[in-house]
Amino acid sequence: MGSLPTPTPEELAAAGAEERLLLARLRQGDAVAFTTLVDRWTPSMLRVARMHVATQAIAEEVVQDTWLAVLRGIDRFEGRSSVRTWVFRILMNQAKTRGVREKRTVPFASLASDETGEEFSAVDASRFHPEGHRVAGHWASPPPRWDEQPVERLESRETISAIRRAIDDLPPAQRTVMTLRDIEGWDAPEVCDALEISEGNQRVLLHRARSRVRAALEQEMAA
Amino acid sequence: MSAVLPPMHCNEFVELVTDYLEGALSASDLLRLETHLGACEKCAHYLAQLELTRDLAGSITDDDITPEMRGDLLDAFSRWKAERPADP
Repeated sequence: MGSLPTPTPEELAAAGAEERLLLARLRQGDAVAFTTLVDRWTPSMLRVARMHVATQAIAEEVVQDTWLAVLRGIDRFEGRSSVRTWVFRILMNQAKTRGVREKRTVPFASLASDETGEEFSAVDASRFHPEGHRVAGHWASPPPRWDEQPVERLESRETISAIRRAIDDLPPAQRTVMTLRDIEGWDAPEVCDALEISEGNQRVLLHRARSRVRAALEQEMAA
Repeated sequence: MSAVLPPMHCNEFVELVTDYLEGALSASDLLRLETHLGACEKCAHYLAQLELTRDLAGSITDDDITPEMRGDLLDAFSRWKAERPADP
């Protein structure tokens, strides 16, 4: 399916340039530039903030405080990182400060290490031939083919909603990583930076998340 | 790489596929994985499913923010703008 390509380096560079342009307009007090950035990033800011604080209401306050800090700090931003990285770093600081004050939250790093420490199989072991079998470790029950499904079904609203539900059902750290990577289109270093996790942990969380969502989609397709 | 590499089986493939997509495999595991992939249609299909899952997730639009929150932020912006020294 070629209809949903991942962005090229040129497109990513163009996105960075566009964000800098929006920031320049924001410095001049352009409300449209402000709402453009707010609408674009607030949903993922809420997701990240929610990892650190106890309630959605507190997460909303943290995000509001972050936008205020962005406005107050706008003249000090020197452009050494992308605008998005800068904004999310401020968010992380606000969220952690708030989380510590609430004393109710588990740091993201510890959620992440709890989740990566759990037993996991991308595909249930029963679907492979067992030890001692002539072709042990090979598919006994391979994934049913999707390329025989009509494209309209694969790209249907029902399929997309099923993926959405499967992502919402993931454990929190996996949900956050997959949302940022695959829904929001961030690259791996940006996610590691925003969530303060190692590249290795980021990959494990992404692997578990995508494997689970694929499995949920397999069930959906079989229905 | 002089030593003979152990062959990769399907149950190992499904655990290494993300490292493969992320470009994080060692040279020897990359060789093992690509050798397996070239010979196993089922795993090729599994890989295509994971890529499709990833790409379809990209067409999800995240929730919009509530009108209340948007309104509060715009109010804060107006206050910030009013307090800000005029542009040169």
